[in-house]
Amino acid sequence: MWAILSIRVENKPGILFKVTHLFRARNFNIDSISVGVMENPEFSKMTITTVGTEKQIAQIVKQLDKMIDTIEVKRLDEKESVYKELVLFKIKSNGESDNTEINKLADTYGAKIHNGQEGSLIAELTSTPDKIKEFEESVKPFGILDSARTGVTAL
Amino acid sequence: MEIMNGGKALMKALEKEGVKEVFGLPGGANLPMYDELFKSDIRHILVRHEQSAAHMADGFGRVSRKPGVCFATSGPGATNLLTGIATAQADSAPMVAVTGQVPVNMIGRDAFQESDIIGMSNPSVKYAFQPRTVEEIPEVVKKGFYVAETGRPGPVLLDIPKDVQQNEAKVTFPDEVRMPGYHPWTDVDMVNIERSIDLLLSTEKPIILAGGGTIISSAFAELQSVAEMLMIPVVTTFKGKGSFPENHPLSLGPIGMHGHAEANKIMTEVDCVLAIGTRFSDRSVGTFEEFERNLKIIHMDVDPAEIGKNQTTQVAVVGDVKASLRVMLKLLAKKVLKKSDGNKWLEHVNEVKDYWRENLKLHPGEMSAAKILRKLREVLPKESIVTTEVGQHQMWASLFFDAIHPGTFFSSTGLGTMGWGFPAAIGAKVARPDVPVLDIAGDGSFNMTENSLATSVLEDIPVIVFLINNFSLGMVAQWQRTFYEKRMIGIDLKNCPDYVKLAESYGAQGIRAQSLDELGKAVKAGLNSDVATVIDIPIDPEEDVLPFVAPGTSLKDMILPS
Repeated sequence: MWAILSIRVENKPGILFKVTHLFRARNFNIDSISVGVMENPEFSKMTITTVGTEKQIAQIVKQLDKMIDTIEVKRLDEKESVYKELVLFKIKSNGESDNTEINKLADTYGAKIHNGQEGSLIAELTSTPDKIKEFEESVKPFGILDSARTGVTAL
Repeated sequence: MEIMNGGKALMKALEKEGVKEVFGLPGGANLPMYDELFKSDIRHILVRHEQSAAHMADGFGRVSRKPGVCFATSGPGATNLLTGIATAQADSAPMVAVTGQVPVNMIGRDAFQESDIIGMSNPSVKYAFQPRTVEEIPEVVKKGFYVAETGRPGPVLLDIPKDVQQNEAKVTFPDEVRMPGYHPWTDVDMVNIERSIDLLLSTEKPIILAGGGTIISSAFAELQSVAEMLMIPVVTTFKGKGSFPENHPLSLGPIGMHGHAEANKIMTEVDCVLAIGTRFSDRSVGTFEEFERNLKIIHMDVDPAEIGKNQTTQVAVVGDVKASLRVMLKLLAKKVLKKSDGNKWLEHVNEVKDYWRENLKLHPGEMSAAKILRKLREVLPKESIVTTEVGQHQMWASLFFDAIHPGTFFSSTGLGTMGWGFPAAIGAKVARPDVPVLDIAGDGSFNMTENSLATSVLEDIPVIVFLINNFSLGMVAQWQRTFYEKRMIGIDLKNCPDYVKLAESYGAQGIRAQSLDELGKAVKAGLNSDVATVIDIPIDPEEDVLPFVAPGTSLKDMILPS
C-alpha cells in the first residue's frame, strides 16, 4: 500500500538526517521525499511517500510522531488531499514532426514544453504520480534522454 | 544573569538538576569542563574506560530513577561511551552523557580526536544536543534532563565543543523549557481501562504479564493489588523480574527463552493477557505470530509506538502504567470479582506450578547453578540490589534467584551487553549506599569491564562480584553444543586470569568458593567488607541453561532438561 505522510518539523539542521535515518533503522522505504520551509520559517514541511503494509505504515507514523523534532505527523488521505509532483523529461526529437507530436501529448497532459538543446525538448509536468507515469509511457517511444523529479508534495 | 564560561554554566546547570556525582574520564576536549568540575561540589568518580562510565550512570539511573551522568572526551572517549548509551536506550534507562567535542571551527575538518558523535549516536539516544554557544548550555541541560527522565526514559547526549566550554558569556538558567514536539504526558485513558476490565472479567484464563515499564514506573503496589483483587497469576518478562515478588503465591516468574517451565507452560494456555509496560521482545514471547494466536492482548504502555509494533492488541491503554493501574483499581473496587475459592483456572495454574517446581530436573553437582543461586538468595539480604552480566549466569539468575523486594533486580536485557553488570552495580551502590549491591557475573562478561575494580576500590564503592566461573563463553558454548554439533570454537577462556589474584592486585578481596558452605561464608565476608569482593565460583563448564526456547520458535516448543 502507498501512503503519503506530511510531517511538520522544527526548521533546524540535522532533522532531515534523523527522519531518513529512522526509515533506514526501522527497515522502511522512502519512495520520495520533498522538503521546504513553511510560511512560518520556524518550521519545515516534509512530504514522504512510502510503501508498506497497513501495520507497517501505522508503525512508521507512530515512530515519526515519537521523534522529538516532529511537531505533527499526518497520513494524508489520497481522496481528500491535493498531491502533486513536478517532473522534467528531456525527450529526443528528430525534427518538426516529432516536435508536433510531443507538443500534442504535452497539451493532453497539461505539460509545458521548453526548447532544449538541438535534437531534444524538455517537458515539464506537475501532476499526480499516476498521470506522470502515463505521460512518461506516452513519450517513451521518442526516447527519454534524462529526467528529474521533485518527489510528491501534498496538502 | 551572570557572566561565566561554558564549563561553569554546565556545572551550575547540573547542580540545579540535583547532580551530586558524575562518572567519567577526562581528555583533551573536555578539560575546560573538568577544570570547572574541580571547582564545583560535584563528585567525580574516575573510571578506567568510558564504557564503564556509561554503565555506572545507567545503573545509577535505573536505581534512583534520576538520570545518571557520565563524562567523556571527544573522539574515542565519545565512541567508547556508545555501547553504554545504546544499552541504556534498549532498556529505557535515564542517562545524560556529556562529551567534549573539538572546537566549533574545527568540526568537519577531521581534527584530532574528532568524531561525529551526534551522527553516530542518533539511533541510540532519546535525544542529542550540540550547543554552539555558551548561552545555550543551561537550556540544553534542562531539556536534556527533562527528556531523559520523563515519559519512556532514555539516554540524552550533550556534545559540547571545547571553545563553547571555554568562552565566557552572560547566561541565564531557565526554570522551564519548551519542546513543542515532545509530549511525554498523556491523560489516563478511562475508556480503555474500562474495556480492559470488561475483557479481563469475560475471559476464562487470564494472566498478567509485567514488563520493565512496571519497574520504571514504580507500579509495584498497584500491580500486586490488581493481581490480588482479580486473583490472576502473574508472569513477567525478564526485564520485569523484580516487579512482582517471586515468592508470592500468584507469581510464576519470567517467561521467555529461559523462562520458568511453569510460566512458559501456562503462557501457552491463557486466553487473555494484561501486558504492562512491555515491548513483547522476541526473547520474551518467541515468534510473534504464534504468541498472539488465540490470545486477546490488553497492552498498557507509556509509549504509543509500542502498541501494535510486535503484537496485535485488542485493547490499548496508553499512559503511565502506575497511573493507569491506579484507575483500574478504583474501577475494580466497584465490580463483583472472582474469588480464589472455586477459581478453576487458578487451581490449574497452581497444579502446573507445583508440578514443575518439584519435577524440573536440575544439574546433579553440588555446585550446580540452581544450588549456588539458591544459596545466594538464602544469605543475601532481601533488600540488596542485584545486577547481572550477560550470558548463562544471567539466565540462571532469572531461573533460580528469586527477586523478592520490588525493583531490586537489574540486567542488560535489551541490548544484552556483556560487561554491564559490574559497573552498573557500582552506579547502583552510589545511588543506594545503604543496601548491599551484588553483581551476578560470568567470567566472560566480567573480563570486559573488570578494570572497574580500580574505581570500586579507589572511590570506596564496595560491591560484590558473584562470579559463576565456567572458564568459557558459556552461552555460546551451549549454542554450539545444541545447534552446531559440538563444533566448539572461540569459547575457551581457560583459567585466565586467576580472579582471586586479579581482585587482590586491585586491592579488592578475592575469595574462591568451592562448596556451598564456602560460598555462604564468602558472601557474608563480602557483605562485611569495606572493599569490593570478588567471589570466584568454579562450576561445571558443561552445564546448560534449561528450560530453553530456541530462537525462532514459540513458547510451546520449550526444551526441558532430560
